[in-house]
Amino acid sequence: MTLYRDVGVVLRTYKLGEADRIIVFCTQNSGKVRAVAKGVRKTKSKFGSRLEVGSHVLLQLYEGRGDLDIVNQAELVETGVELRSDLTRMGRVASMLEAVDGVIQEGQANPAMYEMLVGGLRAVAKWDTALVTPAFFFRLLEAEGVGLQVEGCAVCGETDELVSIDMDQGGLRCTQHREGMAISPQAVLILQLILGGRVATALALPAGPAIFEVEHLASKMLERHLDRRLRSLHVFDHT
Amino acid sequence: MDLVVLAASSGVEMADYEQSIQELIDAFGRLPGIGPKSAQRITFHLLKSDKAESERLVSAVSSAVHKIRYCEVCFNFAESERCAICRDENRDPHLLCVVEEPRDVVAIERTREFRGRYHVLGGAIDHLQGVGPDQLKIRELLIRAAEEGITEVILCTNPNIEGEATALYLKRVLDIPGLTVSRIASGLPVGGDLEYADELTLGRAIEGRRTLEQ
Ligand SMILES: [Zn+2]
Ligand SMILES: [Zn+2]
Repeated sequence: MTLYRDVGVVLRTYKLGEADRIIVFCTQNSGKVRAVAKGVRKTKSKFGSRLEVGSHVLLQLYEGRGDLDIVNQAELVETGVELRSDLTRMGRVASMLEAVDGVIQEGQANPAMYEMLVGGLRAVAKWDTALVTPAFFFRLLEAEGVGLQVEGCAVCGETDELVSIDMDQGGLRCTQHREGMAISPQAVLILQLILGGRVATALALPAGPAIFEVEHLASKMLERHLDRRLRSLHVFDHT
Repeated sequence: MDLVVLAASSGVEMADYEQSIQELIDAFGRLPGIGPKSAQRITFHLLKSDKAESERLVSAVSSAVHKIRYCEVCFNFAESERCAICRDENRDPHLLCVVEEPRDVVAIERTREFRGRYHVLGGAIDHLQGVGPDQLKIRELLIRAAEEGITEVILCTNPNIEGEATALYLKRVLDIPGLTVSRIASGLPVGGDLEYADELTLGRAIEGRRTLEQ
């Protein structure tokens, strides 16, 4: 069996048999990798907590014969302690992982997606704002070729009084060409910051209803692109 | 035709088993941790062994399936409305241990360290599987905490991401005056070597250190 190394983030895990798990990684060099971690559910497993969802790990894997590899060693690159002690942050991390799981492919290197995810996880740890998730979603959508025209009206280019957003055509609309969902001026500003490369400025904004608006919009757009609901976004819907 | 379909779905190579044999192999194959090969082995073991032994298995399965239900109070497995632990009057009624599954009750009971009662959630909050608080027995827990004169709730969910998420959520909603909420400690497994511990476990163990009595 061939042994290879890579670095990756655990996207999700599935129980397998009595004490094993199938671990799905977003790796730097091999795209999505699915591998078995033997005995990982035992309290004395050599893997310990290293292969839990969201873990950023340096990996040594055996190439399997089928589509499942075998995890031989895993070392933490970052501990991510702050991500485990906060329920809200856990939710933000989960939706990033779920989104990436929805777009990356097995056997297809995607180092940009890996970098983006690692950056996203660091942003969750660093900034305590609900905007980290939509900012990540918009970047991911952009990487997927789903752009959003936010500098002016998608029809006439008008930059003042942008009042709605048309997700089908992918752009903001002025009062005259109003189409799609209504949007507040504050939310327009946030979109322009995020998509205009000034993410840090956006993340530093105080909490407010416009952030909620942008969050909703980004989730809608991503769910539409993936053509399914993101489970992690709706876990606390009824509470 | 049926045989072909059954054989394909169980992953066993096409074989000319009698239908009842194939059905039994399939039934065993659906159990956790049992692959198609083991399912075949168990089936043939049963068919070859003495009939009385198989009858005992049949009646054990049937009586468990018919008698066992969930305790109305704590949602542990029970043979009547309340489980043996909820009925036991020697148990401390002020102390409540919250676990994910009935098998966790068994694990804690084996320690003989805990004299309170239990509350079984039936799982854990899992963002990626879409399991939220309303799919767990959390509303029932809040009612118990408010009505049963409980003074301490010990959160014994698994020390993994889902168990931590559940504990963090419960800590938030169990904000009741006079109620202490504690979390089971995490640390090093007894009998293991320090150098094999992962960073998180070792970090937690140092954080949760205790002073040695003189
Ligand atoms: Zn216009
Ligand atoms: Zn009970």
